[in-house]
Amino acid sequence: METLLIHALEQGLAYGIAALGIFLTYRILDFPDLTVDGSFVTGAAIASLLLSRYGFDPFSVLVIAFVAGAAAGTVTGLLHTKMKITRLLSGVLMMIMLYSINLRIMGRPNLSLLRIDTVTRLVDAAWSGLGPVAILVFITILAMGVKFALDLFLRTELGFALRATGDSETMIIAQGVNTNTMKVLGVAVANGLVALSGALVAQYNGFADVGMGTGTIVTGLAAVIIGGTLIRSSRIGWMTAGVLVGSVIYRLAVVLALRYGYVIGFQASDMKLVTSLLVILALVAPTLRERRQRKVRAC
Amino acid sequence: MLSLRGVSKVFQIGADRKVAIRQIDLDLRSGEFLTIIGSNGAGKSTLLNLIAGTVPPTTGTIRLADMDITGVPPHIRARRIGRIVQDPLAGTAPSMTVAENLALASKRGRRTLRLGLPSRMHRRIRAQLEVLNIGMEDRLDCSVSTLSGGERQALTILMATLAQPEILLLDEHTAALDPSNAAMIVRMTCAFVERLGLTTLMVTHNMEQAIELGDRLVMMHKGEIIHDIAGEAKATTSVGELVDMFSRHHIVDDELLLERVC
Ligand SMILES: Nc1ncnc2c1ncn2[C@@H]1O[C@H](COP(=O)(O)OP(=O)(O)OP(=O)(O)O)[C@@H](O)[C@H]1O
Ligand SMILES: [Mg+2]
Repeated sequence: METLLIHALEQGLAYGIAALGIFLTYRILDFPDLTVDGSFVTGAAIASLLLSRYGFDPFSVLVIAFVAGAAAGTVTGLLHTKMKITRLLSGVLMMIMLYSINLRIMGRPNLSLLRIDTVTRLVDAAWSGLGPVAILVFITILAMGVKFALDLFLRTELGFALRATGDSETMIIAQGVNTNTMKVLGVAVANGLVALSGALVAQYNGFADVGMGTGTIVTGLAAVIIGGTLIRSSRIGWMTAGVLVGSVIYRLAVVLALRYGYVIGFQASDMKLVTSLLVILALVAPTLRERRQRKVRAC
Repeated sequence: MLSLRGVSKVFQIGADRKVAIRQIDLDLRSGEFLTIIGSNGAGKSTLLNLIAGTVPPTTGTIRLADMDITGVPPHIRARRIGRIVQDPLAGTAPSMTVAENLALASKRGRRTLRLGLPSRMHRRIRAQLEVLNIGMEDRLDCSVSTLSGGERQALTILMATLAQPEILLLDEHTAALDPSNAAMIVRMTCAFVERLGLTTLMVTHNMEQAIELGDRLVMMHKGEIIHDIAGEAKATTSVGELVDMFSRHHIVDDELLLERVC
């Protein structure tokens, strides 16, 4: 049970970095970006390739993955702003293109990191004094580092412009900001974070698989929604903290469902269905509540 | 200061063409305050959109102090042209705080990785607001979504003036407010326009206001300027005279009639 809890925390925080990216597009920029299902794998694929084939340093591949994800996000942003393709379709197109690109990067559907010095293995060895929580401590430091960096970014002049772009385009154009630039920047940073998360998860799991990104958007949304429900605040610092908490709680639910779900006939493959249903429920709840209130007023 | 030459705007809706602005020529002196009236669909908002750059003209050129700005994108024009629209929600970023909104406005388009609201600036904004005495200084750290429509519109005016534009575009910016808030916003607007000597274009449906405020008045109809008075002629005109003007163009609609009866 204890190791189960540790694993849930580790995974929650590792996927939480992707959830922070999805928070940035979905909540801050009001840009539902589906690229993430592809860019998560791009991060994992590049990390795995560089580690297994070229012997890169496992920390530097995290940075390289971020850059690659940001490049993918930039393309999505340009598809939308320059070519006037809808936001959803821009994301879907990029996600599909990334599927082929990811296969090209890996050269085959999956890459194993067996017997390779991944971050998790390095940390495990270097911080052996911490025992079973060494990796958890490392991932916590990493996730919190990303969280605080994102908080800080959103408090800069550039971050202000980004937040205002998601809030009211009329207003921020009147303040002399090019909203297209802001959208591209936001989607790029978000996908950078998602790819960074993918690179971390691949090293944590010891492999990259071309299908590992399926549902990233939905699990990320689940984390954002759970976090936003538990921690209701309009302050950036609390909101991002909520996203990480939401991601951990989601992973905890996943781990428990996989462990004990068989009692009610639950299979691992049902997870995506259940998650999506939860997200649908969370998304329609406000509209339903509003509709009920309107009915009351009409009577 | 501002000059429009042969400007027209045709909206293409499927196979239909809708002429919203028809060959308009308009010149404004620096510091001139123009009020614009006209029935619904006359093209008043489109005219302001053309000047702000959010709508590209079909023909014609727009010049701002000897510079051709016809092809300049709206966010670049915004450095010289401030704009307030009818919807109080549109002028501010509701999820950000009052202070953050004001900080954004005082940056005049500068977007770097420096802090958006350093404590130094927070103190300065508070001091500036205390002078204005509109009770906003105590709510600096509240998110704008908690403000009323009137308070938001007041904030929008503050933001527009912080950026120190040369031209101010007002599109029925008090129409969504109750009478007392509307009066407050008008007072605030006039004070700023006077203090900064702004060239101002103000669209309103209130004819009394259109006569009372500013130093020149134009009436628009079907994309054209059909009446343009200033100085003595404007000072001595009356709501009745303006309505007669409308009827001479066979455009008496129920709304105008109602306004005369009341
Ligand atoms: N984006 C658009 N697409 C198509 N037609 C438009 C568009 N914007 C305005 N129009 C049309 O142009 C005409 C002028 O509209 P405009 O909004 O400028 O009128 P207005 O004088 O501001 O009216 P109101 O007093 O109702 O605000 C209208 O017939 C309108 O339907
Ligand atoms: Mg209008």
